[in-house]
Amino acid sequence: MTKLINFSNKEVGGAYTQDNFAPVADDAALPEGPVLVSLARFQKERETLLERNTPIGVKLQAGENPELLGDDVNRLSLVALEFPKFRDGRAFSWARMLRTRLGFSGEIRAVGDFLYDQVNYQHRVGFNAWEVPDTFTLEMFNRALTEMTNVYQPSTDGKKTIRELRAGG
Amino acid sequence: MLNAVVKPVAPNMYRYDEFDAQFVSERVNQFAGQVARRLTGELTEDQFKPLRLMNGLYLQLHAYMLRIAVPYGTLSSKQMRKLAHIARTYDKDFGHFTTRTNLQFNWIKLVDVPQILRELADVEMHCIQTSGNCVRNITADQFAGATDEEIEDPRPLAEIIRQWSSLHPEFTFLARKFKIAVGACEQDRAAMQYHDMAVQVVKNAQGRIGYKVMAGGGMGRTPYIAHVMREFVEREDILAYLEAVLRVYNQDSRRDNIHKQRIKILINTIGPEEMRRRVAREFEELKRMGTLQLPQEELDRITAYFAPPQFETGLPDTIPEAGPDFANWAKTNVHKHRAPGYAIATITLKTPGQVPGDASADQMDVIADLMDQFSVGEVRVTHEQNLVLPHVRKKDLPAIYARLKELDFASPNAGLITDIIACPGLDYCDLANARSIPIAQKIARRFEDLDRQHDIGELKIKISGCINACGHHHAGHIGILGVDKKGVEFYQLQLGGSGAEDASIGEIMGPGFTEREIADAVERVVNVYLKRRQPGERFLDTYRRLGMAPFKDAAYEKEAA
Amino acid sequence: MLTANRLRDGDVLYRKGDGWVLMLADGDVYADQASADAALAAATAELVRNEFVAPYLFEVREVNGKIKPVKEREIIRAAGPTVHPHTGKQAGQINA
Repeated sequence: MTKLINFSNKEVGGAYTQDNFAPVADDAALPEGPVLVSLARFQKERETLLERNTPIGVKLQAGENPELLGDDVNRLSLVALEFPKFRDGRAFSWARMLRTRLGFSGEIRAVGDFLYDQVNYQHRVGFNAWEVPDTFTLEMFNRALTEMTNVYQPSTDGKKTIRELRAGG
Repeated sequence: MLNAVVKPVAPNMYRYDEFDAQFVSERVNQFAGQVARRLTGELTEDQFKPLRLMNGLYLQLHAYMLRIAVPYGTLSSKQMRKLAHIARTYDKDFGHFTTRTNLQFNWIKLVDVPQILRELADVEMHCIQTSGNCVRNITADQFAGATDEEIEDPRPLAEIIRQWSSLHPEFTFLARKFKIAVGACEQDRAAMQYHDMAVQVVKNAQGRIGYKVMAGGGMGRTPYIAHVMREFVEREDILAYLEAVLRVYNQDSRRDNIHKQRIKILINTIGPEEMRRRVAREFEELKRMGTLQLPQEELDRITAYFAPPQFETGLPDTIPEAGPDFANWAKTNVHKHRAPGYAIATITLKTPGQVPGDASADQMDVIADLMDQFSVGEVRVTHEQNLVLPHVRKKDLPAIYARLKELDFASPNAGLITDIIACPGLDYCDLANARSIPIAQKIARRFEDLDRQHDIGELKIKISGCINACGHHHAGHIGILGVDKKGVEFYQLQLGGSGAEDASIGEIMGPGFTEREIADAVERVVNVYLKRRQPGERFLDTYRRLGMAPFKDAAYEKEAA
Repeated sequence: MLTANRLRDGDVLYRKGDGWVLMLADGDVYADQASADAALAAATAELVRNEFVAPYLFEVREVNGKIKPVKEREIIRAAGPTVHPHTGKQAGQINA
């Protein structure tokens, strides 16, 4: 049904990877091992979750600002950002915020309804994992990252801008 | 007819380097791939729509419409000739200049678009981000680089903003479209205060040049005048500041009601003070990070592209005598230029009876010749759907006028009552409720008499075929909004709007008029002005002094005032 | 009646039987809501063919023995822009 692609560096490109995080509904019991919970649940059961000493993932909905995670953000291994409809581009800003202002270095995962054509933008702003339908191949993923060779503006990926390249950077 | 001896002139404007060319070329390939995937069904229409919109392609009433970007309204003669060629080859021999200074073709086939884009790329043109929920075309004062009213040419800044906003990874799926205008004078010829964001070049008390940033203006269902976000942003900080505004907008705008998703709604909901505070927070962070700082060398490098042409010296500095018709035209359509012996000439695409803003392929070719012969190869598109030859020698004005007469673009009506802005309306647009072009034609013909036009003076009529306000009716001295009342086209009047530095939103008069009645109603309104004006007052001034009441009484009266 | 746009060139289409025609006069008129809805449902199911987009129903009436749309928008859509009478279907510009 869905697969998880992660991306660590250009040389390796995108790779299918195991999703170790069990998504847990707000009212379900927490299983052993890494869990992915909603923000509401994390805020409610924060102590319990942090005490378990297993990786925690929080799934943020489009309207949920990552600053709501407070100082806990760097105790998380995964933040999943929801795209309820591909038109809702708030998660691009949330990913950027997580990487820069909040200094998050864990996995930022794109989930929900997004297009192949958004993958490159997602990558630039700090996503490094994508939950994709089975029909979404690695070939497509790697192609998405290479359709546009250069960029005009700086972003979280640190990619050299056209201005820097012009200056001989 | 093409004048065979005209030598093409390349104007001083931004030129693509290999990076820009590669960027556009790859974008074309990307879109070609998307078109192919749509045709095979790999992409559904729902998925394809935002992608084609971001390449300027709409599905309209009769066919696809392609909107070509004309950054800050500037075109070279080579580009104009290419537009004429595309009109001939892929469309029905004409194009339409829009209120965002772009060019639209109305009869495009989806399957032709990749090839059209390649042809445009050959002349450094594209359709990137002319639609969609992203940063749109950057518009500017059409007299930029030619007027002595400006602090400096704002177009280098516009070019820098254009590049920064092109395929910005964070801001490509905004809540709604985002329109930016730039200017550099107190006189606002770009309707800055009606934009989502505007940047005005200013000087501070110490004489240093920087930028005033405004945000939250807009037309549409709920018009607003922009608020000042910051009176003075240092040059090197401008991109960081603009990014800060976009970031707050992207993060905090509503996404639940399409009518409440422009930045004007956000700012007017949280208040400009709170908006400034949120922007300041993002801005301070960006400034500390430093990656968006704009070095003076970069500003200088881009500015060099826009260096003024070599103006001749020793030219006669008076407008020649060339008969009364020419004199009438010079009165309205010629403006003061910064260089002695030069002038700025406006080509109004508004000869009464014409479709406002339209030019045929043949007319475009002749205009390209005029550009080469008389205006250093350059033309500007205005947001009032006219063209401007920015650098003409005064002594050439009669010859230019004669050529414009042959083209049927010599109407001496810039800023007058027949210089009407009209959106394509129900004749073309999928969103429209009523036709606007025939109304413009009707009104223009009614007021065709030149003496009468000059007597009336400056009167800006703007017509929109629906509430989306692409005809900018909220900013009309007389604004007309087409509505659908039980399947019949009705036209509502608004009075007292302005898109200039004295920006104001027009006041709705009352119930609409039928197509048969609207020209009469406008005439009765104009007659009130003529009867009650005081010396020196334009229509707008008289309206502001008297208020709606006398105009409304006259408009709804069945007898002429 | 039921209308749509052809995907590849945006041309206006009218439903006739299981297919589409270019001129309104040649299209099927549905006498009641049920048959109109059925036609729309059938067309919607065919969107996956990627031949046309955005099908929708619109009202027509008979005027002097001819079928005419009720709304101005559909009249213009069927014929072409009123301000450029030399273009569009009204001028015989049919893309087969």
